[in-house]
Amino acid sequence: MIRPGKMMQEVLRSIFKKPATSKYPAEKLEMADNYRGKLKFFPEKCVGCKMCMKDCPTGAIVIVKTGEKQFQAQIDNSKCIFCGQCVDSCFKKALLCTSDVELAQLDREKLKVVFQDESRPKDCPKQ
Amino acid sequence: MIKELLYILVFPGFLFVSIAGLLAEYVDRKLYARLQNRIGPPWFQPFADIIKLIAKEEVTPCQANPRMFHAAPLFALTAVITAFLYTPLWHTSSPFSFNGDIIMVLYLLTIPTLAFFIGGWYSTSLFARIGSVRAVTQLFAYEVPLFMSILASALLANSWSLVDIVLFYTRHPWYWCFNLIGFFVSLVALLGKLEKTPFDIPEAETEVVAGAFTEYSGKLLAFLRLCIDIEMVSGAALLAAVFFPFGFFQSAFLSFVVFILKILGIIALISLLRTVVARLRIDQMIDFCWKLLVPFALLQILINLVLKGVLR
Amino acid sequence: MHDSHKFNIPMGPQHPALKEPEGFSVALKGEKILGVEIRLGYNHRGIEKACEQNTYTQDLYLIERVCGICSHTHATCFVQAIEEIAGIQVPKRALYIRTLIAELERVHSHLLWLGVAGHEIGFDTLLMYSWRDREIVMDILAMLTGNRVNYGMNTIGGVRRDITPEQANDVLKAVSQLEERTKYYIDVATKETTIIKRLSGVGVVSYDDAVRLEAVGPTGRASGLDRDVRRDDPYAAYGELDFKVITDNHCDVFGRTIVRVKELMESYKIIRQTIANMPQGPIVVKVARKIPAGEAISRYEAPRGEDVHYVKANGSEMPERVKIRAPTLANIQVVKHMLKDRYLADMPIVIAAIDPCFSCTDRMVSIEYDSNKKNETISWATLHDYSIRWHRERGTDFTDLNKRFKAGLKV
Repeated sequence: MIRPGKMMQEVLRSIFKKPATSKYPAEKLEMADNYRGKLKFFPEKCVGCKMCMKDCPTGAIVIVKTGEKQFQAQIDNSKCIFCGQCVDSCFKKALLCTSDVELAQLDREKLKVVFQDESRPKDCPKQ
Repeated sequence: MIKELLYILVFPGFLFVSIAGLLAEYVDRKLYARLQNRIGPPWFQPFADIIKLIAKEEVTPCQANPRMFHAAPLFALTAVITAFLYTPLWHTSSPFSFNGDIIMVLYLLTIPTLAFFIGGWYSTSLFARIGSVRAVTQLFAYEVPLFMSILASALLANSWSLVDIVLFYTRHPWYWCFNLIGFFVSLVALLGKLEKTPFDIPEAETEVVAGAFTEYSGKLLAFLRLCIDIEMVSGAALLAAVFFPFGFFQSAFLSFVVFILKILGIIALISLLRTVVARLRIDQMIDFCWKLLVPFALLQILINLVLKGVLR
Repeated sequence: MHDSHKFNIPMGPQHPALKEPEGFSVALKGEKILGVEIRLGYNHRGIEKACEQNTYTQDLYLIERVCGICSHTHATCFVQAIEEIAGIQVPKRALYIRTLIAELERVHSHLLWLGVAGHEIGFDTLLMYSWRDREIVMDILAMLTGNRVNYGMNTIGGVRRDITPEQANDVLKAVSQLEERTKYYIDVATKETTIIKRLSGVGVVSYDDAVRLEAVGPTGRASGLDRDVRRDDPYAAYGELDFKVITDNHCDVFGRTIVRVKELMESYKIIRQTIANMPQGPIVVKVARKIPAGEAISRYEAPRGEDVHYVKANGSEMPERVKIRAPTLANIQVVKHMLKDRYLADMPIVIAAIDPCFSCTDRMVSIEYDSNKKNETISWATLHDYSIRWHRERGTDFTDLNKRFKAGLKV
């Protein structure tokens, strides 16, 4: 039957239901495990083939050689589009997508992350 | 003198009615959100909005008529606050009551629409002008059924004073049930007056941005927002006084609480109605008002005329 | 301003009814629309040109970002063209996964549209509810692909992620939940008085006009134009699946709503079939980085209509030319026709009814500087002079703009 207020029942019922929205910053959101979020780099696995750099659509990742078989990844999260292509391109599985999506930052510089092997001495040249 | 000033400025005047208006906005918004399965705003949101707007810069369009542009919101705000002073709040009397005040309240509640029209028209923005023309067009559609249905109740009470109407219905406790058709007619017409869905045509944001308010900013917009909130309270209070004139006890406080509950109930009904329908087009709105609301309002008048003959 | 006078109002590029920047100049007489001027190009991003400077792998992600809502559409369409050029046999399982994601995307796009349509006619409750239920399919997409939009599911020669039986189970559960909700929305959309009042008889396009103006997708199908690439030119796994093409002969916005909500039901059917019939096997084949020279056109039924990609390869790692024709470009012509002699109040819903995606549509403005010479490269200075002259002819003078700025005067 055509009538106005067709949604009345549904609407009244939802007063007694839990709201579908959440108070976001107070209540954290849960992302699926395989969500493509912030990248993670394992320097000890990297062999410096730079396939990730080649395939990255935005040039967000830069691999720098810091010493004999030592590599450092400079990831600019402000450029990264979280496509995860670098993870696919890496033969040694030195890159990984975490499900961390909370990247908001007031300072652009803080979005640039440098991954390097902490156990080894630093002699990294600043690029 | 001081007593009168207190009445006008503090209670039930400016201060009380402003706070009541903002709280009413909160109730409306919260309920609207809950009906849509959302959390909705916290209780201080309307207050925060008003404070923010007052703190903001006020921009007057360079082609606008500055005097009219500034006067319209104040004019509207004054009218709606005055309208509230005449409603019997906590007792079957009201400080400024006189015979014929119901007509005055009805006309005072018409003034905001006209003020919006003037403000919108003199701000010279195209969207504001379309919005203000729509507001006035709509006024002619809902005003007649609203007046007829409210006056039908006054007709039965044989008085044009709000206090006398309330006294009459207190003497005859169950007579208000006869006015229920009138109540629903005036509730729907009130939606038009308050520019709420389905009659939010003058400020339909997807069509004319913010209608008559498009060019308003800062303090003036805050006044307009406050004005609409108070109009909602005043309108609901008028409906509560005319159609539900019961629950006035010896204790002033208890009567006051009951009256507030009645107002909240009417606001809740308004929120519910605006949740479940889509916005109509202006031609459909006028059709609806003249073809459906007016006949029902006339029916109410007819019923009351007959009743008046029978019950005497 | 008298009602007898005609006046123009600018709907856009910034307007609450439009979710993306696009210029509509509406000539009004009172509330009646006399004519509409549409101006594209506020959101041109130069994606086609950028594709020529990136490798195929990088292009995949760029193309995916042509549209936020139908990202899988563009990526699949592009990948299909490349696979055709390179002669790659994509594994069956990959095709089924592509189809599954494509249909989930259609579900989320149509639910989004339903909400937007509700908002445009002032029915915010419908917006809130349909978007709440859209979250179910968004969560499913996030679980399957790793992102809520821009799924990144496609790669040249297959798909990037496999679907486990548990995930398939979750999808089925979500689909039955959504099916129930969709039935409710069909009920609401076809039986709520105010919705019907606002939608029926609005934005009418007859069958003949739909053919003449080349309407695509639900816009055309609501006018009885029985066209669907999924059936007419099957791609991915659609050739092996059983589904109906929904048409309607209301020819108005109401018809388009019905087509979309009924298409949702068909999509659920397709999703169930893809999961039931999904073959085992690899999901991707290895493809050389260099694509042999050649060209291909690929068609794809996006939620909004037919999407066409043209790719020309020259044997290197980068394409020589990529051309995208998003469905909105085909439908935008129809909007002008639909708005004639309607009311201003109908404008938002009529524009929304084609489910526009203006960013996908935007084109560059080309200037025919001298009609005698066909192709000519003009210098920046010449173009600058030309634009000043162009604006001066239309009543705006920019020549001494800088001077006036420096003098601190009002511009």
